[in-house]
Amino acid sequence: MTCLPARTERKLGLVIDLDTCVGCQACVTACKEWNTGGHMAPLTDIDPYGGHADGVWFNRVHSYEYTTELGGRTVNFPRSCLHCETPACVTVCPTGASYKRASDGIVLVDESKCIGCKLCSWACPYGAREFDADVGVMKKCTLCVDRIYNDNLAEEDRVPACVAACPTSARHFGDLGDPDSAISQLVEERGGVALMPELGYKPTNRYLPPRARSERAARVDAPALEPIKAEGGFLGWIDRMLSN
Amino acid sequence: MHPAFSVVFFTTATGAGYGLLALLGALGGVGFIPADFWLGFVGMALALGLIVAGLLSSTGHLGRPERAWRAFSQWRSSWLSREGVASVATFIPAVLFGIGWVFLGKSGGWVAAAGSLAAAGAVVTVCTTGMIYASLKPVAQWHSRYTLPAYLIFAAMTGSVLANALLQGFELGSAEMLAWALLATLAGWVWKLATWRYNDRLEIPTNANTATGLAGGTVRSIEWPHTEENYLLKEMGFRIARKHSAKLRWITQALAFIAPAVLLVIAFALPWPFAAIASVLAAVCQLAGMLVERWLFFAEAKHTVTLYYGR
Repeated sequence: MTCLPARTERKLGLVIDLDTCVGCQACVTACKEWNTGGHMAPLTDIDPYGGHADGVWFNRVHSYEYTTELGGRTVNFPRSCLHCETPACVTVCPTGASYKRASDGIVLVDESKCIGCKLCSWACPYGAREFDADVGVMKKCTLCVDRIYNDNLAEEDRVPACVAACPTSARHFGDLGDPDSAISQLVEERGGVALMPELGYKPTNRYLPPRARSERAARVDAPALEPIKAEGGFLGWIDRMLSN
Repeated sequence: MHPAFSVVFFTTATGAGYGLLALLGALGGVGFIPADFWLGFVGMALALGLIVAGLLSSTGHLGRPERAWRAFSQWRSSWLSREGVASVATFIPAVLFGIGWVFLGKSGGWVAAAGSLAAAGAVVTVCTTGMIYASLKPVAQWHSRYTLPAYLIFAAMTGSVLANALLQGFELGSAEMLAWALLATLAGWVWKLATWRYNDRLEIPTNANTATGLAGGTVRSIEWPHTEENYLLKEMGFRIARKHSAKLRWITQALAFIAPAVLLVIAFALPWPFAAIASVLAAVCQLAGMLVERWLFFAEAKHTVTLYYGR
């Protein structure tokens, strides 16, 4: 059913810290590794070793140069499904393949009903959905629905693969509908923002903006390097030989 | 947006087909267009043929066309599903009208009722097609008050020019029908010019800052997540050079509006069969022009996902 639930019991989602993300792509590869054997498997790759490698990924990390009056900095920006509260990708679906769960707010695709019309990918402003041309259906992030409720995994592993893989703890998982949850507190404390709020999709995921630069660090002025003099003798001869 | 030929052809052909069906249903049912067998047969075959060809073409866009029947289920929320339901539902009165008007040679009574229902169904179906595009917030050029009227005006325009060509071809043309087709063509031209003017001045509140949540300052893409074009860029990152866009706008205006208008004026002045030849040329020329128009409708539309790629 592509009508949206009036409310969801929980709002599971991610909080991504743009201050600490180092752009290592570990979340990207962990996502691909888990999900190509998971709920939406396979994440098909087309021509993976050729000149036009293309494939389905649920999580992509962009890099931006972010320049303000304080100076420029590099910001690494992971982009994946935001599990919106009012996702048009669900309501435009003509077959009922796309749905938003009333229990936890996760947006999913039932592959067996998808006709591959691609309209949901047009309706998503964030580019979260990718079409699998090989299988002929649309695929998207499941918030690792097959991990977070998986009793076969140790309790600490019941988080999305991208969160488990992040070496700098830039990714956090939890209930953003509960104002007392650790993840909601983090958003509150760091001023987390929603992406493209003006479009009215009400994304669940939040991004933590980069912290202001600290002026407290000591400046270390290294002494200027001395000019290199051309040496004579044996060492000079070796230098000339090696320089050729 | 990538201008997939299946969708460009689908929207153009069904628009013309539903426009023609609406005119034949509304005017034929009440006897304004005489119940001539060959005129009716060719007219209804053309209208339904364009609709069926368009609908079949649209399934070519699907990844799993064998499941297309599922698209009739979500009419409560989805304009695409509503389009599917409306298009199929319209066939019922259209076929009844065709039987009564063409094969039984009747008008008025139940034939007029079926004709009116077919016309109403045609209008509703074109509205649902327009709303598929008008409801998409990530594409600012489509999510505007110009999109839905454009689909209706262009369907009425191509349908009227086709109906006029048909009547002229069977030597049943009238000055009223010619005038109506000319008026519709001029209305289409004005609407397209107004739409382009609006789109060229569009100031979109969504930008790289709001897309990344990085407020203030400038956000410049320095590295993509992938080296090759992916689905997002192929489907939604289509770009058209400005000089090509300008040239194609002129081609659209010449083929879809100016040449048909001139040919229709010529048809006023000339006797049959020259008026018929001019009228048929106007219809063929306009349909070719509308294919270019629809191609541009996609090619000039910019999706917000391109902001992430610095495009």
